[in-house]
Amino acid sequence: MDEPDQLKPLDPAYVTVMRISAALMAVPLLIGAIILETAQFTASGLFIIPAAFLAVWAVFRVPSRRFARWHYTLGTDRLRIVRGYLFFSDTVVPLGRIQHIDVHQGPIMRRYDLATLTVHTAGNHNSSVSLPGLRHADAVEMREAIREYIKAAQA
Amino acid sequence: MNEPLPAEDNPVAEGQRLHPLGLIVGLITGLPQLIFPMVAAVFGTGSRDRPELIPLVILAVLLISVFFRWLAWLRTHYHVGDDDIRIERGILSRSARSLPYDRIQDVSVEQKLLARLLGIGEVKFETGGGEGEDAKLSYVSLDEAERLRETVRARKAGVATPEASAGAVPEPDLPPVFAMDTRRLVILGFYSFSLVIFAILGGLAQQFDFLLPFDWWDFKNWIGIAEDNGVDITHIDRSVQIGGAIIALLALTAIGFATGIVRTFLKEYGFRLDRTAKGFRRRRGLTTLTDVVMPVARVQAAQIETGPIRKLSGWHALKFVSLAQESKDESHHMVAPLAQMDEIAPIMAEAGIALPSTEAQFRRAPLLWWGQGLVYLWIAMAIGTAATIIFADAPFSKAGWMLLIPLAFVPLVWLEWRNYGDLVDENQIYLRENWWNQQFSIAPQVKVQSAEVSQGPLARLFGLATLHFGIAGGSLRFAALPLEDALAVRDRIMDAVAPFDFSEINRRG
Repeated sequence: MDEPDQLKPLDPAYVTVMRISAALMAVPLLIGAIILETAQFTASGLFIIPAAFLAVWAVFRVPSRRFARWHYTLGTDRLRIVRGYLFFSDTVVPLGRIQHIDVHQGPIMRRYDLATLTVHTAGNHNSSVSLPGLRHADAVEMREAIREYIKAAQA
Repeated sequence: MNEPLPAEDNPVAEGQRLHPLGLIVGLITGLPQLIFPMVAAVFGTGSRDRPELIPLVILAVLLISVFFRWLAWLRTHYHVGDDDIRIERGILSRSARSLPYDRIQDVSVEQKLLARLLGIGEVKFETGGGEGEDAKLSYVSLDEAERLRETVRARKAGVATPEASAGAVPEPDLPPVFAMDTRRLVILGFYSFSLVIFAILGGLAQQFDFLLPFDWWDFKNWIGIAEDNGVDITHIDRSVQIGGAIIALLALTAIGFATGIVRTFLKEYGFRLDRTAKGFRRRRGLTTLTDVVMPVARVQAAQIETGPIRKLSGWHALKFVSLAQESKDESHHMVAPLAQMDEIAPIMAEAGIALPSTEAQFRRAPLLWWGQGLVYLWIAMAIGTAATIIFADAPFSKAGWMLLIPLAFVPLVWLEWRNYGDLVDENQIYLRENWWNQQFSIAPQVKVQSAEVSQGPLARLFGLATLHFGIAGGSLRFAALPLEDALAVRDRIMDAVAPFDFSEINRRG
């Protein structure tokens, strides 16, 4: 690459979004554990304690870890996404191979003005590559930059 | 029908109708689906008590089916335009599909037995979406099919090179790039040894067991039959038993080979691959004749397949990974089902893909990588042994044999390790893998759509990473590279390919 790797982090608000999503996922788990606990199959605490630990880990520990590992850079001719807390992955998509681009906002992300940029390629592996936790305006700007690149390349 | 008929009012959208003989083929091939309505009608009209009515009811069902098929035929038009082919269909709800020439990857003509007798064929336009149904015209006359194919070819050519629009000139009679004679079909048939017939027979026997005279699966009935025929089962000696087993085994083998040969002949008979102006043209089939054209620029990668036995005689199969997929279960285009390497190289050369140079050194992944499964297996066995000793109170000498089971797989691990190899040279990437289904994939670097370096928690301990290349219609996976090497190889390939645009690399040729 001509420029040195200037990997950019995601928007810090994305940590909060991940926390809220994890908390929402943890609710059914905790409810299930409480029900099993009240049924008193076994010694008390066998279900609720691990479930509580898992929930705390998923809500407080994992999001900040994942956020710290997540970086991206939109170079002149390629998009690079580095991510992964337990499973590391470093993906490069040449802009000239992108088929179409989505900018998506879920309800939680919208509250924090964030968006996910997804690029689609013709390959079977990585047929779509997603980059969440971008400022909505940044995501739109990246989309336009990629579109411009493809248009110029096809002309 | 009180619905307005815009298509008929508009002369531009009028277009052409499908071949009327297609109605007959449709009716006959659709007969199995009519069995249930017929049965329902017979019961529903209460004609079970009056058997003389049954033929009438069946005839009525047939007539209704014919009427709707005719109506559908009447309401189906296709229109060959300047920019696209439009297909309009639907009796009550109308659908109009537009297939821009630019998006049509392949045009294939298929003739099943009945259509072949009537001289008509089914034209399929493959649009490379991979998912969803492709547009097809069933059926048109063979001349019309050829005309459609020529039109699409000429229009597509017009996109890239305007001077090539005189594509309607008949192809000169060149020798085929590859063809299969009967001898080779027989050899391929032998390698296609298959006992699938027994699965089919077993399935049928289960389905229709009420038709069988006795309980098929209970061997006592068979002994009963033998005894009825004067065989005293208790006096059959060992040599007869062994002889019987040998005969049964020989019969099984003969049936397996026969199945393979029959299936091969049905599918590959008259296999012929031609290089035409716009791409490869493949014709094959005994009862179902297929005729497929594959533009050269759409070839994404080559895959050479073989097995440990056929490799001894130098036999390989060549497939092309293409943007447009052949069918749901066959994602690659077979271009040479059984060929020697010196025959395969020229075919690949036509698609601009070369074999690696003979001095090239393939990289092997560490043996440890292939042994991962064994480690897990051994852990499972150790737990099993411990459990047996603790709960069943067995001495170690009785339970310890479980720890030896993983050893049986060591040769397999070694074979997998030996047969794996990857290589990157100036223009292409190569991947060799598997011992039983040996696959050797070769992809031009410009056809790589994306590259990913990934690392699981276990691989991270050893600093190893996997390098995935996304290819349209497939993917190549380099196993267990040191992380820095994986990143370096990836960046080198990305630097080489990023300047080229997707539309450019898939339109050339």
